[in-house]
Amino acid sequence: MNRARRSGLIYSAPMGLWLTLFFLVPLSIIVLYSFLKKGLYGGVEWQFTLNAYKEMFNPAFMRVLWRTLWVSVVATSITLLLALPCGYAMARSRHQIFWLALVIVPFWTNSLIRIYAWIAILSSEGFVNELLRSLGLIKESLSLIYNQGAVITVLVYVNIPFAILPLFTTIDKFDFQLLEAARDLGATKRKAIFSVLLPSIKSGVITALIFTFIPIFGAYTTPLLVGGKDSYMIGNIIVDQVTKTRNWPLASAFSLIITLLSTLGVVWMLVSSQQERVQNKRGVL
Amino acid sequence: MLGGDGKRLKGFDVKVENVSRAYGNFKALDDVSIEIKRGEFFSLLGPSGCGKTTLLRIIAGFDNPDSGSVLLDGKDILSLPPEKRPVNTVFQSYALFPHLNAYENIAFSLRLKKLSEKAIDAKVTEYLHLVQLEGHEDKKPSMLSGGQRQRVAIARALINEPNVLLLDEPLSALDAKLRQNLLVELDHLHDQIGVTFIYVTHDQSEALSVSDRIAVMNQGKVLQIGEPFEIYENPATDFVARFIGETNLFPATVRKCVPLHDYFLTTLYIEELDSEILVTDYDNLPEGQLVSFTVRPEKVKITTDRPTHVSKDINLFKGIVEEPIYSGFQSKYYVLLDNGTVMKVLQQHANYMDEGPEIEWKEQVYVSWSAEDGYIVEVIDS
Repeated sequence: MNRARRSGLIYSAPMGLWLTLFFLVPLSIIVLYSFLKKGLYGGVEWQFTLNAYKEMFNPAFMRVLWRTLWVSVVATSITLLLALPCGYAMARSRHQIFWLALVIVPFWTNSLIRIYAWIAILSSEGFVNELLRSLGLIKESLSLIYNQGAVITVLVYVNIPFAILPLFTTIDKFDFQLLEAARDLGATKRKAIFSVLLPSIKSGVITALIFTFIPIFGAYTTPLLVGGKDSYMIGNIIVDQVTKTRNWPLASAFSLIITLLSTLGVVWMLVSSQQERVQNKRGVL
Repeated sequence: MLGGDGKRLKGFDVKVENVSRAYGNFKALDDVSIEIKRGEFFSLLGPSGCGKTTLLRIIAGFDNPDSGSVLLDGKDILSLPPEKRPVNTVFQSYALFPHLNAYENIAFSLRLKKLSEKAIDAKVTEYLHLVQLEGHEDKKPSMLSGGQRQRVAIARALINEPNVLLLDEPLSALDAKLRQNLLVELDHLHDQIGVTFIYVTHDQSEALSVSDRIAVMNQGKVLQIGEPFEIYENPATDFVARFIGETNLFPATVRKCVPLHDYFLTTLYIEELDSEILVTDYDNLPEGQLVSFTVRPEKVKITTDRPTHVSKDINLFKGIVEEPIYSGFQSKYYVLLDNGTVMKVLQQHANYMDEGPEIEWKEQVYVSWSAEDGYIVEVIDS
């Protein structure tokens, strides 16, 4: 081994150690547990079984899985649809630092506290209901909280910065003269954005998609705090299996499913960006 | 197919009337009026920040003037959005769509018009041929050379069959040799398709070599509009004289103006030369008027011996060659005159020289020019 390679190993060692300790080892434990028999009072018994995976197909769980997917798709779509114009406006603004600060400042407050703030906003005596009442628009309080809508609203709120930031970065690098060129060639404003801007910022859109879909898919606190009986998500099931039902293998199996789906998303992102590179290369020949 | 004289009619005339545009306190365009004839190759020439690009963007529809109007073929176009104007632009940075290959870039406007695949293919093939890009249609812009990108940009703009083509310093990103070739091609292309070209450049040699007419601009104002030779031989202001080509320029005071045939033989006092000189001019200037006097380096003769026969209207000065610059077909000399002023002189080497240039460094020389070869220009800025 030559010196350069040895020093490379030394420099990457902390990273490798970190990943091994806090990612690979826990992941292996989860994989292992998911194939073991559940212990009577939590924990596992060292006996191989596929019980956990069989139990997953319980219709009650499948309903939650589908609901989680559905909520994640809706919340991610809304997040992206809101984040795109935000990122665009920020990139075009002369006060980028100001807008960036507005996006980042909420991170200084714990996310749990920010979700609790939504309870104050949406509850029957909350800000929205009081406002509508004082305007005379409603008599009875609207039930704005403890339902699917509240979960989606708060999920969008919590995750939108993770969509705005990558979108802002790619749009900021976009050459806006391309939009003028498209207009010049006969495209309307809207057509120019769809046919030139969106394809050019594809990588940012995919990053934003993954950065929001993965945390939303694994959401736990939001459905717990602002959701109702109908808004249980996989994250909640996993916690229940660990703390209440004490079925650790099943919790592990669900965790594995979330991890796998998330990995698929990342692989898809890598493949599609790789494809673009291949297409570019084909142009040379 | 392209070509034929009938295509000449495709160009629209462009009338820019009293257009002004300010950004805050900065006047980008200050009451600019220009009339461009149909089918003309018209250049807007000036240093950066002179307003030429702003004017182009106003014609294209990317910017709006504070006042004034722009007429294409007699119709005011200022209320139209860019996509509705019969003009297309070749951008300085080309602005090719990076996610589309050369073919799709060129086909962009046709796809917007929802033409059939067959019609698009026929037309794109025709324009690929026109700009000599056959075989490169599958390449993305990042895989094309600067010159090829330029061609894609031109084909993409022309395929939309505009009546006016706007070119925003289209050659500035290319190296000198390629620029020369493309300039000639651009000129051919203009002759071939006959649409009106409005060409923005800061490069005076580019403008002189291809334009039918040139508008020289500075600080948001049009200083002179004319054919290339008029602009070069007869600059209206000292700025135009200095900006177009190289020149010797001196502030001067009118001493005497004597009518001679159909012009005036004017005597100027030039402080820098500490001497009076003679120059012909069409205007009868009052004594004491402050003007600028200019004479082009190639109009000045340089000799080692004192010219034997000096007629009355020859201006003659003695000096020492400070710096001879030999560049093959010509030599340029910086001559330090006896009174401490440096004068630029160009000498063409029209004949074969077997012993090298005859004028050497530090040699004493005589420089002279006749009264008709110099000219008086208006002082606007100094």
